[in-house]
Amino acid sequence: MKLNLKVWRQENKDAKGKFENYIVDDIHGDMSFLEMMDVLNNQLVQEGIEPVEFDHDCREGICGMCSMQINGEPHGPDRRITTCQLHMRKFKDGDTITIEPFRANAFPVVKDLAVDRSAFDRIQHAGGYISVNTSGNTQDANSIPIEKENADMAFNAATCIGCGACVAACKNASAMLFTSAKVSQYALLPQGKVEATERVLNMVAQMDKEGFGNCTNTGACEIECPKGISLENIARLNREYLAASLKG
Amino acid sequence: MGGIKTSIARKVAMALSGLFLVLFLLQHFTINFTSVVSPDTFNEISHFMGTNFVVQAILQPILIFGVIFHFVMGFILEAQNRSARSVKYGMFSGNANSSWLSRNMLISGAVVLAFLGLHFYDFWVHEMQVKYLEGDMSGLSPSGEFRYYEETVAKFAGQPIRVGLYVLAFVFLMMHLLHGFASSFQTMGVNNKYSPAIKKFTKAFAIVIPLGFAFIAIFHFINN
Repeated sequence: MKLNLKVWRQENKDAKGKFENYIVDDIHGDMSFLEMMDVLNNQLVQEGIEPVEFDHDCREGICGMCSMQINGEPHGPDRRITTCQLHMRKFKDGDTITIEPFRANAFPVVKDLAVDRSAFDRIQHAGGYISVNTSGNTQDANSIPIEKENADMAFNAATCIGCGACVAACKNASAMLFTSAKVSQYALLPQGKVEATERVLNMVAQMDKEGFGNCTNTGACEIECPKGISLENIARLNREYLAASLKG
Repeated sequence: MGGIKTSIARKVAMALSGLFLVLFLLQHFTINFTSVVSPDTFNEISHFMGTNFVVQAILQPILIFGVIFHFVMGFILEAQNRSARSVKYGMFSGNANSSWLSRNMLISGAVVLAFLGLHFYDFWVHEMQVKYLEGDMSGLSPSGEFRYYEETVAKFAGQPIRVGLYVLAFVFLMMHLLHGFASSFQTMGVNNKYSPAIKKFTKAFAIVIPLGFAFIAIFHFINN
C-alpha cells in the first residue's frame, strides 16, 4: 500500500505545532500501525528529517503506552484494540491518514504525538490503592470469600490500562471512565471498602484539579476503550461519590 | 451554584433539576391536553393553578428557579468542558462513537431556552399583568365566562408562524429529552438490570410528550 500521512509535528510542549504530509510506500496489510510508523521514521532518518516521536512499549495491547488519534478516533477505527494492535489492512491503498496526539489540556503534548499522561498517575496516587502491610504477613487474598459477580466486575474494571483513549474520545476531555474504573476495582471488593469514602472523594478532587472536563454521558469513552470498560463504572463512581459526600 | 464545587456534584445538580423539569413537563402537558378534550375542565384547572396560593407563591418560584438553574448550570458545564481541550483536533470523528444529540445538548437546550422566552411572552407575562398589575383575579372575560380557553385558542388560531415556531421548539425539546432524560439516571448512579427498561421509558416519554404538545398547538390552529 501507498499511504498519505498527515502527521502532527510539534517540537516541544511550548512550540506551536502543525501538520506535515508524508508519503510511505510498500506498507503491508499485516503490519501493525506502529510498524508503519517505524517505516515512516526509517524513511525520515534516511532523508535527514527528525523522526516522529510517539509513545509505545509492549506492542501487545497491555501496557497502555501507545496512543495517537488516528482519523479522528483514539487508537484508530477498530474496536477493543490499542494502536499497536491496529493492522494496516484496515486501510486502503491511497488512503490519507490523519495522525494527531491525544488532545486534552490535562494531557499536554511533550513532542509530536507523545503526550504527558501523568495526570492519571496523580489520580491513582490520590486513592487508587489499599493500605496493607506488605512486610511478609499479608493475608492470602483468596481467604476472603468474594461473590463471583463482584469479583468479575472488579476484574473487568481492573483491566483498564490507563491509556487515556477515554479522555481523547470524549468531547469534554473527561477522565470519568478512567477514574471510575480505578474506584470500582476497589469498591467492589471487601479489601477496598475500608478506605472507600476517602478514596472516591480524593480521586474525584484530583481528577477535577487536573483540569479534565465533565462527563455528559455521550458514551464515546466506552466505545473507544480498548479494554471495553463499561459506563456502569461511571454510574458506580457517581453512587460512591454521593454516598461518600453524605458521610462527609 | 458556587457551593457545588466538584464535577460530579455539578452533574448531579444538573440531573436533579432536569428530572424536576421533566415532572413539570408531564404536569403541563396533562393540563394542556384537557384543552383538546374539555374546554371547561381546562378553564377550571387553569383558574385553580393561576389563583391557588401554594401554586403561585411556592411552586411557581421553585419552577422558575429550577428553569434558571438548569440553564445557567448547563452553560457553566459547557464552558468548562470546552476549556478542557483548548487545542482542538484537526479531525474528530464524533459520529463514530456517540450520537449527535448527546454531543449537542447546548444547541437543543439553547433553542428550548429561546422558545421559553416566546412562551413566557405569550402566556406568563400576560397572566402576571392581568392578575398582579391590574388586580383581576376573577379569571373571567367581559362576557362573564372563564377567559383561559379562549385566550389559549386565540394564540394559535390563524397564527401559522407561531404554531410553526412552537412545533419547531418541541422538536428540539424532543432532541434534548432523548439524551437528557436517560442521562440523568446514569448521573444519579442508576445503571443496572432496570436500565434497558428505563431507557425505553425515557425514549418513549421524550417522543410522546413533545409530540403531544405539538399536537395541541396544531389542533387549536386547525380546529379554530
